[in-house]
Amino acid sequence: MSVHAATVDAFQLALIGVPNSGKTALFNRLTGSRQKVANYAGVTVERKEGVFVGPSRERSYRVLDLPGAYSLTPTTLDEAITRDLLLGRLSGETAPRFIVCVADATNLRLNLRLVLELKDLGIPMIVALNMSDLARSRGFDVDAAALERELGVPVVETVAVARDGDRQLIERLESLSLPAASRPIEWRETDLAQIERTQREVRRILRAIGYAEPARHRALRQIDTLVMHPVAGLAILATLLFLVFQAVFSWAAVPMDMIDGSIAALGQFIQQTLPDGALRSLLVDGIVAGIGSVLVFLPQILILFFFILLLEESGYLPRAAYLLDRLMGSVGLSGRAFIPLLSSFACAIPGIMATRTIPNLRDRLATIMIAPLMTCSARLPVYALVIAAFIPHRAAGPFNLQGVVLFVLYAAGIVSAMAVAYLLKRTVMHASYHPLLLELPEYHWPNPRNLLIGLWERARIFLTRVGTIILSLMIVLWFLSTFPAPPPDATGPAIQYSIAGYIGRGLEHLFAPIGFNWQISLALVPGLAAREVAVGALGTVYSLSATDDALAGALTPMIASTWSLATALSLLAWYVFAPQCLSTLAVVKRETNSWRYPLLMAGYLFALAYVASFITYRVAVALTA
Amino acid sequence: MPALSLAAMRKGARGVVTSVADDRQSVGDSARSTVSRRLLELGFCPGEHVEVIEEIWPGADPIAVRVGNSVFALRRREAAAVMVEVEDRGTG
Repeated sequence: MSVHAATVDAFQLALIGVPNSGKTALFNRLTGSRQKVANYAGVTVERKEGVFVGPSRERSYRVLDLPGAYSLTPTTLDEAITRDLLLGRLSGETAPRFIVCVADATNLRLNLRLVLELKDLGIPMIVALNMSDLARSRGFDVDAAALERELGVPVVETVAVARDGDRQLIERLESLSLPAASRPIEWRETDLAQIERTQREVRRILRAIGYAEPARHRALRQIDTLVMHPVAGLAILATLLFLVFQAVFSWAAVPMDMIDGSIAALGQFIQQTLPDGALRSLLVDGIVAGIGSVLVFLPQILILFFFILLLEESGYLPRAAYLLDRLMGSVGLSGRAFIPLLSSFACAIPGIMATRTIPNLRDRLATIMIAPLMTCSARLPVYALVIAAFIPHRAAGPFNLQGVVLFVLYAAGIVSAMAVAYLLKRTVMHASYHPLLLELPEYHWPNPRNLLIGLWERARIFLTRVGTIILSLMIVLWFLSTFPAPPPDATGPAIQYSIAGYIGRGLEHLFAPIGFNWQISLALVPGLAAREVAVGALGTVYSLSATDDALAGALTPMIASTWSLATALSLLAWYVFAPQCLSTLAVVKRETNSWRYPLLMAGYLFALAYVASFITYRVAVALTA
Repeated sequence: MPALSLAAMRKGARGVVTSVADDRQSVGDSARSTVSRRLLELGFCPGEHVEVIEEIWPGADPIAVRVGNSVFALRRREAAAVMVEVEDRGTG
C-alpha cells in the first residue's frame, strides 16, 4: 500500500468532541486498525493517531483523536491536553490545521456550546453530526443544512457504528483543498456572562432549526429507575462484579491451558533440537519458561478488559461511580475512583492510567497510591501455588476452604486500600473538598468493532511489555542464577553458588524475622520485575528444570514439605501488600512526573508488607506451636 | 412557586433554572474551572428545565439531575449554586 508514501502531503486533521459523543467510534470507523497509540510527552494521556486514504486514492488523511472535552477551560488532564494541543501550546505537537468536531445529534443541547467555542478559535472545521441514525429512529430529524446555515460551518451527518457511516464526511473532506499552515491563535478564557450568552445562542440555533429532543424511551427510564436505585442499584452492581470475576476465572481456564501447553511444547522442541549448553539453557529455562509464565495471563486480562469495555461502552460505568460516590466518599475518595480501581483488579498499570479522568490532583494521587492494593491477576499464580500446597481442599460451611482463603486475600487488599485512603486524606493529602459533576450518558448497545479494537489495544500493550521489560529481566535473572558455575565438588544445587545465591542468602537475614528462607528471599528479587515471576524463580531455585505447568505441579509438594504453615501464610500476607512490580512504579513515575510518589508508594507498601508478614508469621507460629 | 436552590430539591422535584451563582469552588486543579462555570457549560443555565430523578440513601446525596436531554450526577454541595423556580416539589 502507498499509505506511507502518500503521507508526504497528507491532510492532517484532529477529531474533537465532548465525552460520549461517539468521537472514538468515528475515529475507529475512519482509520480502522491503522492506528498508532502512544502517549503525549510527559503524561500518560493516550495519543491516538491513524491514517486513511480517500476514495479517489489521491490524498491520504492523518487523523489525531483528541481526548474528550466539554470545554476549553479544563477540569481534567484530558481536557487540558486537548486545549493546549488546539492552541499549539503542547510541546512536541503542532497545532492542528483542520478540526472535525463530533456532535451527538441526539443531544445537541450539550454539544453545540463546544462547537461555538471552537468556531471562535478560527481553525477551519467541519461539524460531524454523529448518531444521526439514532436521532432519526427516535422520530426526529436534525436538519443538517439548516444547522450549517445557522452555524456558518460545514455540517455533515455521520453514523460511526455503521459501515459507510463516514461517507458524507469523507466526501466533504475530499472536496476541500489542503489547509494552510496554522496561524498563532489568540484565545482568552471566557467569563460566566459569556458562557450564558453562548448558551442563549445555542438555544436560538436549536429553535431556528426546529430541533426538539424526543422524550426518553420508556424502557430506558425504567432501567435507570432500577440501576440507579440506592439499594437495588448496589445489588445489581455487586452481582455484575461477581459475574465478571467468575468469568475471569472460569472462561480463562481453557485458553490458559492452551498457552501453557504451547509454551511447554516449544520448550521441549528447543530442548530436543539444540545441543546441551549455555545457549539451550538460556532459551529454555530463561526465555521460554520466563515469558511463558507471564504470557499465560493474557486470557484473564483480555476477559476482564472485555467486561470493562462492555460496561464502559454501554454507559453503565458512570452510574456505578454515582452509586459508589457516598461509600467511597466516606474514606475520602471520589466515586470516579471506582473505574481505575476496578481496572486494577486486572493490572494496576491500566488502572493508574485510567485515573486521568479524575479532575483533582489530590484525588488522583490518592487513587494512584492505593491502586496496587487491588489484587491484580499477577498475584494469582503465587496465591494459587501457596494455597494449593498448604490449605486443605475441604468444605468450610457452604464454601470451599481454599476459595475462602482466596476471598480473604482479595478482601484484605480492598480493606487496607480503604484504610490507606482514609489515612492519606487525614494526613499527607489534607482534607479538602472535591466536587462531583459527572455525566450519566444514555445507554448504548456496545459496538462489536469498537470492542475488538479496544481489546486489541490492550493485548498489544501487554504483549509489548512482555516482549521488552519482562524479557530483558528474564535474561538478566538467568545470568545471575547460572554464573558463576558451581565448583566441581559442589553438593548443593548449582544456583546456590551463583550470584543470585549470594544475594538470596544476604537477603535472608532481612527476611528471617518474617519466616522466609533463602530460597524465598532469592525468588523475591526477580519477582520485583513482576509478581508472577516469583513462581518461576522459586522453581529455578528449587532446581527443577521442568516446564511451568509441570513446575507448579512438582513445586507444590516440594514447598509443602519444606515450608512451615506460618511461612506460607506470611508469604501470602507479603504478597497482599508488597509492590513487587517495577512496571507499576515506572508508570506512577511517568504519571506523576516525579520520583516522589513512586518512592513513597514503594516505601509504604514494603513497610506494610513487612509488618503484615511479621504479625502473620508470629501469630501463626504461636498458634501452631 | 418559590425559587429554591437545586440542593434543596428532593427526588421527583422539577423546575426551571433562574440563575447560577458564582460559587468559586474549583473543580479541577485550575482555579479558573469553577463548579459554576462547569454547571453553565453543561447546560444548567437560566430557562432550562431540571428534574431530580434519583438520590442516594442515606443522606439523599449525591443526586442525579436531568437537564435538557442529559443526566448528571452531582452532590448537593455543587447543586447549591443553581437557583430553581420550582414547579413540582416531588415526593422526597
